[in-house]
Amino acid sequence: MRNLLSAADLDAESAVALLDTADQLKATLLGREVRKLPTLRGRTVVTMFYENSTRTRASFEVAGKWMSADVINVSASGSSVGKGESLRDTALTLSAVGADCVIIRHPSSGAADRLAGWLKDTHTCVVNAGDGMHEHPTQALLDAATLRERLGSLTDRRIAIVGDVLHSRVARSNLHLLRTLGAEVVLVAPPTLVPSGMQRWLAEEKIRISHDLDAELPSQDAVLLLRVQAERMHGGFFPSAREYSISYGLSEARLALLPEHAVVLHPGPMLRGMEIASVVADSPRSAITEQVRNGVHLRMSVLYHLLAGEEEA
Amino acid sequence: MAPRQRGATESAGQRELLTAGDVARTIARMAHQVIEKTALDAPGVAPVVLLGIPSRGVPLARRLAGLINEFSGVDVPAGTLDITLYRDDLRHRPHRPLVRTEVPEDGIDDKLVVLVDDVLFSGRTVRAALDALRDLGRPRAVQLAVLIDRGHRELPIRADYVGKNVPTARTEDVAVRFTESDGVDRVLLGGIN
Repeated sequence: MRNLLSAADLDAESAVALLDTADQLKATLLGREVRKLPTLRGRTVVTMFYENSTRTRASFEVAGKWMSADVINVSASGSSVGKGESLRDTALTLSAVGADCVIIRHPSSGAADRLAGWLKDTHTCVVNAGDGMHEHPTQALLDAATLRERLGSLTDRRIAIVGDVLHSRVARSNLHLLRTLGAEVVLVAPPTLVPSGMQRWLAEEKIRISHDLDAELPSQDAVLLLRVQAERMHGGFFPSAREYSISYGLSEARLALLPEHAVVLHPGPMLRGMEIASVVADSPRSAITEQVRNGVHLRMSVLYHLLAGEEEA
Repeated sequence: MAPRQRGATESAGQRELLTAGDVARTIARMAHQVIEKTALDAPGVAPVVLLGIPSRGVPLARRLAGLINEFSGVDVPAGTLDITLYRDDLRHRPHRPLVRTEVPEDGIDDKLVVLVDDVLFSGRTVRAALDALRDLGRPRAVQLAVLIDRGHRELPIRADYVGKNVPTARTEDVAVRFTESDGVDRVLLGGIN
């Protein structure tokens, strides 16, 4: 594996390998006083965030540090990006400085892919930590890790992805990965928040679209809620926050419709009272803090797979 | 001869170093030596823990633990110590899947840890194992048991218990097979094809 740009690039074997390594890393570090492995000593990891982030950035940084890599954070403000340096020049500079891996979050879809193209002839690998409305593969992987932990194998499990599918890179990455892992996915969203050009996806047997959350809940093994991305909405996608919440928010009453074993996920940051009720977010059915915890091990696994053994040829 | 499973077959140029009977006798002798050297059946000594290094150190550790129990009546736990994340050649090798490290519930602090591996060669695996151990706790002492010592050490490391010393050429390959993983007990020496 040279880069991790899209969940669609992962076949079942490599996805499972990443998830298994993450499980082992979690077990290895569990209950340890010193959570530090020497695995990536002398490797340099740069996080390059052009968009705000708490958990993705923090967990990539912790993941790198727990494996003894040197982690440097570059943000758009406070770097030469503020002086007008292009993405390409910034990337080439970071590679020249000695970055073995660049982790990028960018508001434009496709930014990670462009970056990987520019860095093709260098030793630097690229991880997509969210590009616009396109993909966020490590989020999908950590969601899958959390679901595997709670449900076991994901083959033929039924998973609902609910909310702002149109603007969600999390939804796209999850859709690809869950399909690869054999799950059945139903996208539940208001008609205005379903992306156009869905036909290619819907041709797949295991993917459906629904606009009625109450009808879908009783048959699901997990519900993945998406944040309503106000920052990407220019125009009226739904009449009011309250109306959205009434139709698509996971309230306490809706939680009762889910089967006993079903899990509630949210990639964060949550808008409590909007897409998820506070009681639901804090209930034992919700795996939201587990997602964050698993995120660290999953990102360690990604860094390990990208940075260890790469000089084999 | 009926075809056997891959890995157990003898290809041209391979020589059998130990037969199934030899393997059993050798492991039994090693178990006696561990009992004698650690005095584990005497009162007041540090409890012994066997930690097998994957892949074939694991079944070897389990067998040693079973025999030690049979010969001395003392129950010695056998665990697993995965050293992949501590290797010094991670940059150059394709990585292998990680194996779960399993140590006794109460840890390894103040225990006598016996590292168990099938073949002792450069000593780099053992070095990695010592680093991995340091992150798990502080044993009273660490010893090393190997079925085959084939020489060519690259580090100042020596085994406390050796099943068989085998002079080899660097290019040769020593292949240990165990029933648990390969369906047969034997040790083969051959050139790398």
